[in-house]
Amino acid sequence: MYDSIIIGAGMSGLAAGIRSAYYDQKVCILERHNTIGGLNSFYRLRGRNYDVGLHAVTNFTPRGTRRGPFARLLRQLRLTWDDFGLSPQLMSSISFPNVELAFDNNIDLLRSEVARAFPNQIDNFEKLMDSLIDYDDLEQSHFEMSTREQLSEVITDPLLIEMILCPVMWYGNPREHDMDYGQFCIMFRALFLEGLARPFDGVRLILRKLVRKFRELGGELKLRTGVQQIKIDGGRAVGVVLDCGDEMSAKNILSSVGAVETFRLCDDDDTTHVHKTGQLSFIEAISTLDTYPLELGHDKTIIFFNDSDKFHWQRPLDDLCDVRTGVICTPNNYCYDAADGELPDGIMRITALADFNRWKNLNKDNYDRQKEIWFNKVVDSATKFAPDFREHTIDTDMFTPQTIQRFTSHDNGAVYGATRKWFDGTTNFKNLFLCGTDQGFVGIVGSIISGISMANHHLLRGN
Amino acid sequence: MTPAEIRDAVLAILNTINPDEDLSSLDDEKEFRDQLEMDSMDFLDIVMELRKRYRVQVPEEDYDNLVSMNKTVAYLEPKMKDISA
Repeated sequence: MYDSIIIGAGMSGLAAGIRSAYYDQKVCILERHNTIGGLNSFYRLRGRNYDVGLHAVTNFTPRGTRRGPFARLLRQLRLTWDDFGLSPQLMSSISFPNVELAFDNNIDLLRSEVARAFPNQIDNFEKLMDSLIDYDDLEQSHFEMSTREQLSEVITDPLLIEMILCPVMWYGNPREHDMDYGQFCIMFRALFLEGLARPFDGVRLILRKLVRKFRELGGELKLRTGVQQIKIDGGRAVGVVLDCGDEMSAKNILSSVGAVETFRLCDDDDTTHVHKTGQLSFIEAISTLDTYPLELGHDKTIIFFNDSDKFHWQRPLDDLCDVRTGVICTPNNYCYDAADGELPDGIMRITALADFNRWKNLNKDNYDRQKEIWFNKVVDSATKFAPDFREHTIDTDMFTPQTIQRFTSHDNGAVYGATRKWFDGTTNFKNLFLCGTDQGFVGIVGSIISGISMANHHLLRGN
Repeated sequence: MTPAEIRDAVLAILNTINPDEDLSSLDDEKEFRDQLEMDSMDFLDIVMELRKRYRVQVPEEDYDNLVSMNKTVAYLEPKMKDISA
């Protein structure tokens, strides 16, 4: 009998595991895949390392900062700032036709850019920043207000509204068209008032630290161990049935596989059909270059691009993908320590919106052909906003919504999960709880905070 | 444990929770939250560390007793006097 069983060894599951094991619980994390990470994983292909998910760690704050989510997670996990090995971004931009707003980890750059490109909006922009709700003041009651309505009350130029929404929605909005205002405040802080950073070795460094800590504290991690059913008895979750048929029992179960996906695992649950899963999934086209992007004049860390004055955040309606908007991420363009040197290759990663069902319904031959077609289309679209790197390409890879679904178990390959969130992490069953994307927080830091707070509230209470 | 030893134990816990904090200038009369960068999660950690290290239970309704060092030591004294340092 375990104190806690955690389903999924992504950022949130590992963080919850560390908290529970630190306080002497007998805890086991079950992971269906042969590797850890979930949405934020990594792989090796033809001799090269790739990250999935991670473009940048948001919420970055410098060494010694005591406030904010990043400092909080370090304290809670008993880790040091150096454990994450984060190097800050060079500079990023929001790029629309004929107008660009640059930003870095000091908000003054974005301020001056807004003043330059939208001189009659700078006072409104300042007002917006003053009115952002602080993390600790977020309450469910006003969390779900419309961001578009809130922004249009303060900012009177529609183009600036679209430009602000583009990066914020790209990095954490599960809803189409509009965004919960609470989520907007979180993401605006995470991106602009805190900042972007990356470990030289990518997401694997963070995952390895978390796993090592979890194991040192006596936690058990079982890879290649999927859960096919959560056993319910008299309104309580009593244990899990593994894919191999074996059963395990626990006092509490914490699931990171998504809300609807968790309810479906419960054998007498009839609420599944009530909740809708998210619709937003992505493709990512990854190009390895024979040179560094800086050599081609590309000095941005991330470019959020959109090819018209109106930003469309929705599932592609009539095609496999929508490449009008996207994110260009260049892992080379961070301020790495001199001691680390340079990444072995130049890399350009480009993400665009994709429709899960259309990708899922392709047969094998057509799937491969469409991957090639859309790889070229997304790169075509991106190179209107960044130097054309194509003749320097020496290797490529691409992931689709199907890949995301396989690694995250989220229905529809929905990267940011369901459109409503379960902030308190509770379910219809007394001792079954949710953590991760559907509990409410996204991104690396957000997921880890989710795991920590759900462990604190549910696994460690009154134990 | 004597009150002085309990104080050391609490200091050690604060240091574990927040290694970057300078505790040498801590004023035992003043509330923790006015002098340390601690949030509600950190306060809960004091309670959980007490349980982990000394098997001392602090029920939720007693959390208000842990606001300053002096009050914490006074509250813990009867619970920890029989524990050897």
